[in-house]
Amino acid sequence: MPDITIIFDRLRWEEKELFEKGKELGLDINMLDVKSEPKELTNLNRDPQIADIVLQRTISHYRGLYYAAILENYGHTVINSFITSLLCGNKLLTTLLLAKNGIPTPKTYAAFSMESALKVIDKLGYPVVLKPIVGSWGRMIAKINDKEQAESILETREMLTDPQQQIYYIQEYVKRPPRDIRGIVVNGHVIAAIYRYQPEDDWRTNIARGGKAEQIKIDGELEDLMIKASNVVNAKLVGVDAMETENGYVIHELNNNLEFHGAFQATGIDIAREIMSYVKELVKN
Amino acid sequence: MPLKAKCKECGADIEIPDDALPGEIVSCPDCGLEYEIVSISAGKVELKLAEDIGEDWGE
Ligand SMILES: Nc1ncnc2c1ncn2[C@@H]1O[C@H](COP(=O)(O)OP(=O)(O)O)[C@@H](O)[C@H]1O
Ligand SMILES: [Mg+2]
Ligand SMILES: [Zn+2]
Repeated sequence: MPDITIIFDRLRWEEKELFEKGKELGLDINMLDVKSEPKELTNLNRDPQIADIVLQRTISHYRGLYYAAILENYGHTVINSFITSLLCGNKLLTTLLLAKNGIPTPKTYAAFSMESALKVIDKLGYPVVLKPIVGSWGRMIAKINDKEQAESILETREMLTDPQQQIYYIQEYVKRPPRDIRGIVVNGHVIAAIYRYQPEDDWRTNIARGGKAEQIKIDGELEDLMIKASNVVNAKLVGVDAMETENGYVIHELNNNLEFHGAFQATGIDIAREIMSYVKELVKN
Repeated sequence: MPLKAKCKECGADIEIPDDALPGEIVSCPDCGLEYEIVSISAGKVELKLAEDIGEDWGE
């Protein structure tokens, strides 16, 4: 049996890099495309084709989430686990957990009708941010500047067929510099951090939207917050997003489905090797 | 000699990098169409059309 199985659905730069660095560390790795074979849900034995330790690297959130659930029920250890992926993949649940654990996070409401969404938007004042509770790459995130915009964006959301689009996650707009901070936390250590500067034509800083990465050395306060945040969802491998405000840092998102090409290019830190070194420790035990 | 495949859409040659692996995406240099590598061995490569970007993709 191999030491590690990496599950994927699309082999990105990251997965190739993890595979290469794992090989360099002497690990026997097999790559498994989750699209290739169905999995039985009613016979919960270990899969002999799959290693005890599984690194979950699908680009699709739901594929990774459910595949993790299945393999955990078979008795495999999955990084990140099903529950970690569930909590990180859902901004409503993440925010609740951050708040519960005293980690500063932007003021946020959930509204369950368009009328009630408008009420809370008016109360928070403009600009205000509306996000899908499950989403990525900054997609479908709106900065709403006035009441007219609020009405038209909410009306559009009302027409979408996915019922999750009618659960309104509404957040204060954080007055921050034109950047945010991404920390990469592996097993409770911040191994790399970058500023992400928003591009000229967008207010969002996601690398996928053209955000520019720049290496930073974060201070102890932010480092502690990022480690704490990774612990509340029990993430072994997570991208923690933070913003700088007048009153200190806030953490706004936890990414279990970590991309790190941009951070690698900006910092030169061998992130894939750090990840695989951690995974190797699990294999030994 | 690098491996090559033909684009089903426009017929152009798609070069397959030496270190390519199954699951990787290659795109046609002429029309931009994206393909996923299904298998690659002994000088033969099999491609299928790549999936469209999903709403749940990415970080
Ligand atoms: N409340 C906010 N105030 C100001 N900027 C925000 C706020 N929320 C998000 N952003 C910007 O939008 C980006 C994407 O938001 P995020 O919550 O991380 O969702 P995603 O899952 O799409 O990355 C952030 O990286 C940040 O640049
Ligand atoms: Mg984010
Ligand atoms: Zn073509």
